[in-house]
Amino acid sequence: MAEMDVSSGGSHKKGPGVKKSKKLSTRVDLTPMVDLGFLLITFFVFTTTMSQNTAMAMNEPKDDKEKQMKVKNSGAMTILLGKGNQVYYYYGQLMPETISEEFKSTTFKGIRKLILEKLKSTNIDDLMYIIKSDDQSTFKNAIDILDEMAICTVPPGHYAEVPMVEVEKMLIKETEKANGIQ
Amino acid sequence: MPKVKLPRKSTIVDMTAMCDVAFLLLTFFILATKQKPPEVLAVKTPTSVSATAAPDESILITMTKEGKVFLMLGDKTKKAKIIDDFNTTRGLQLTPNELAKLKKMEFIGLPVNKLKSALNMDHEIPAAEQDGIPTDSTNNELSMWMRSVTNAYAGGDQSVLQKMLLVKGDGEALYPIFKSVKEAFKQNELFKFRIVTEGENVPVGSELFKTGTDASKKH
Repeated sequence: MAEMDVSSGGSHKKGPGVKKSKKLSTRVDLTPMVDLGFLLITFFVFTTTMSQNTAMAMNEPKDDKEKQMKVKNSGAMTILLGKGNQVYYYYGQLMPETISEEFKSTTFKGIRKLILEKLKSTNIDDLMYIIKSDDQSTFKNAIDILDEMAICTVPPGHYAEVPMVEVEKMLIKETEKANGIQ
Repeated sequence: MPKVKLPRKSTIVDMTAMCDVAFLLLTFFILATKQKPPEVLAVKTPTSVSATAAPDESILITMTKEGKVFLMLGDKTKKAKIIDDFNTTRGLQLTPNELAKLKKMEFIGLPVNKLKSALNMDHEIPAAEQDGIPTDSTNNELSMWMRSVTNAYAGGDQSVLQKMLLVKGDGEALYPIFKSVKEAFKQNELFKFRIVTEGENVPVGSELFKTGTDASKKH
């Protein structure tokens, strides 16, 4: 801590009428300044290297190839993104009879497990994740689902983004109504 | 008892040298690391596990929360060419003064019909008040801008353009805007581009974590 070194030992009374010579030390303790200096250094070290923005690569397929792509029902999993960060999914094709059981909803945490299960239980040649986004879903949802593909190490070429069909849009609306407006 | 007089030594350490070293290090870090330029448009990007770094110079398409699209031509070597090309192909008939002013602007966020009047104004319209480049299917002006961009890079190595194309979107922006940006790219045969995201650690225990490689190698 700062210390006042009164080197001349306090005031001397030399006599009446004579000025007291109080010699005060000019020493300043620099410890707090050093602390601040290191604090600033740490700040700069952390803020200028760690917050580098990363870039995620996107590969868009050419439109005509998409339409000709035939996917086996057994290997297909359709993931639909709705509003309010809701995720819906179904396997294979939607049959009118089983629609109520097949169309399920989950959240982003749950979808990872499901994606993994599908990945492990399906032959890689038949595997295809079909991603459809609702107009009310956000950009973040789209990026997150693509990220999930990377996290679950789904090889590129086994997932694709496709527009939604009317049936699915209707189903989403009904599910939203049934679960309360989200 | 013998009088053992322990010599009293001063315990005060002179901190001047330490302070000098600290400030030298500080100066080094300030000068050696690049400061990010202040963001003109506040966009909160979603996170991803990708580990490839975003390039500094890029043709950046920014999507804000409200669904506005802005274009930043970060490649100084091509910026003038792109703007000139846009002027001639769209028949804007901008005067050399207006053209020069447009080339100095940091970003473009106005539809074509408002561009001329905005360039004649003395002050710059702040980003928040600009309408953004229209991207609806009937009038996808972004597609026209991208046509000029591809024209400027034509004849050279196309992979250079691919590395430059960046899309930065706010997490809350709705999907249709992203779809129309992708449409603008598709119409110009730009199939490979990159999306700016914030770095995120690979979730522990996930498949990607177990492989030990980072996501950039997979893409």
